[in-house]
Amino acid sequence: KMATEGGGCCLRPFSCEQGLLSRPDGSAAFLQGDTSVLVGLYGPAEVKVSKELPDRAALEVLLRPKVGLPGVIERSREQLLRRTCEAVVLGVLHPRTAITLVLQVLSDAGSLLSCCLNAACMGMLDAGLPLSSLFCGVTCAIDPNGVIVLDPTTQQEQVSPGVGYQ
Amino acid sequence: MKATPLSNCERRFLLRAIEERKRLDGRQCYDYRNVRISFGADYGCCIVELGKTRVLAQVSCELVPPKPNRPTEGILFFNLELSPMAAPGFEPGRQSELLVKLNRLIERCLRNSRCIDTESLCVVAGEKVWQIRLDLHLLNHDGNIIDAASIAGIVALCHFRRPDVSVQGEEVTVYAPEERDPVPLSIHHMPICVSFAFFQQGTYLLVDPSEREERVMDGLLVIAMNKHREICTIQSSGGIMLVKDQVLRCSKITAVKVAEITELIQKALENDQKVRKEGGKFGFAESIPNQKITAFKMESAAVNTNNVEEQAEEIITKADPPSEVFAKPILHTPGTAQIGEGIENSWGDLEESEREEAAEEESESEAAAFECQTVETEDTSTMKETKKDEPIVLSDSEEEEVVILEPQELPRKTRTQTNLKQENTSKKAFTKRRRKKRAAY
Repeated sequence: KMATEGGGCCLRPFSCEQGLLSRPDGSAAFLQGDTSVLVGLYGPAEVKVSKELPDRAALEVLLRPKVGLPGVIERSREQLLRRTCEAVVLGVLHPRTAITLVLQVLSDAGSLLSCCLNAACMGMLDAGLPLSSLFCGVTCAIDPNGVIVLDPTTQQEQVSPGVGYQ
Repeated sequence: MKATPLSNCERRFLLRAIEERKRLDGRQCYDYRNVRISFGADYGCCIVELGKTRVLAQVSCELVPPKPNRPTEGILFFNLELSPMAAPGFEPGRQSELLVKLNRLIERCLRNSRCIDTESLCVVAGEKVWQIRLDLHLLNHDGNIIDAASIAGIVALCHFRRPDVSVQGEEVTVYAPEERDPVPLSIHHMPICVSFAFFQQGTYLLVDPSEREERVMDGLLVIAMNKHREICTIQSSGGIMLVKDQVLRCSKITAVKVAEITELIQKALENDQKVRKEGGKFGFAESIPNQKITAFKMESAAVNTNNVEEQAEEIITKADPPSEVFAKPILHTPGTAQIGEGIENSWGDLEESEREEAAEEESESEAAAFECQTVETEDTSTMKETKKDEPIVLSDSEEEEVVILEPQELPRKTRTQTNLKQENTSKKAFTKRRRKKRAAY
């Protein structure tokens, strides 16, 4: 019943699908094992005067969990995603506009943040935003024996003393 | 983000098409779009696609103390969220009217119909009951959110399994899924909403309106029914007057549709259960096509091409021979050529008749004038205006003064056309209202 686990330096089977949603400018679903995230992107679009930046596009990231209201963890992940995307998107080509990324967690079975990062990258590609480079995310965990495990599942994350994101 | 407004042309087009009994996607007025149900890896998680409208549903449960006035009943909690990715107009944290209306409908459909047996959710009377929480997220808005949401909701509730519980005296043991198989919820019946959009003062209806049709409809009727032909909820909004036999007809249509959809749901649930039991692969990963990253899912529609050949020949024999072909292009400068002479511009009489219109329309035609550099050779309307000589001054302009550019300052390519067009473009270029020129050069 359990999904295949990535042991050692092996990642779970992952797949991606672009262009699923008709309304957003770009959309992508990224699946890593049983973890999946759907991203919808609008941009560059009209921006509220309070949020506009005179020399570049204003990037906003919204991460929605599946159950319940977004909390502190979602906010911190949103900031991380926003910083990553801002470093890559050529915002100076679209000043005074807004780029909005909305991520929806479809299922969470470990390594959620790296799945979000990968989904965001694929979504920006699908939307055709100008990017200076591509990025991706990998989660590593150290299991109780001190062995590094890549792309851990929820169980592996819970028993590990430390989890890092790259 | 701002919602894109619907242009008047689109509105007129849609209403005319509906008057002629045509829908944009080619459906008949009683046709539903395709419903696709896919399940996730967890129990109680599903995505329902109604055409392009997509809704994600997740059911979760928790042990909580019961409500004081109902100590032996479990608690149900429903929440529908319009994700900002579903449409540009949906902003986070703004409680719009639409959201309140949809949430209320879902509550009435699922809670007031008593489709879930809440007594069976009681663990210890007065102390611990199960709280079942249903979260619905709208992922893509292409019309008829309520139908998709109600299908997703009931499918997720039927699919969900809660942990098994045993009570020994005062001790409550909750078994993990590995120890004992989780237990499904006890569901009496499956209420499903069907929406009807009304046009032409309530005389004409369409089932399952798409997003464009929803924007131009007069009113909406939603009927929630189960397969035993019991109406669970009925709501009419938009302020239209509905005749009694309209409502009865709608309820008959609903009965048919609900029967079809319920059958589809049963089949999907059975398939998923079979796959899980046999140990096969399940989850969202299975609904993605292999070896392909982009999913331009255009459902193919069968087109009848039997008579195409004959019709083409008929058309050719009946048609007039094409007008004289100008074979010689005149080269003005490198990169600019002209074929034939233009016909008189008939935009002048448009301005005369629509003087009261806003200035935006004029600026649009100016942009079009700049873009049409090549001369049109097809037949336009036969009205010929003789206003070539005077510039048309718009008396309803809000500007104090209108500066008329010298015609020589404009690109010379439009010289061979009528002066009328040139004068139109010249005076509009300096309208103070416009901050940036629409010209493409």
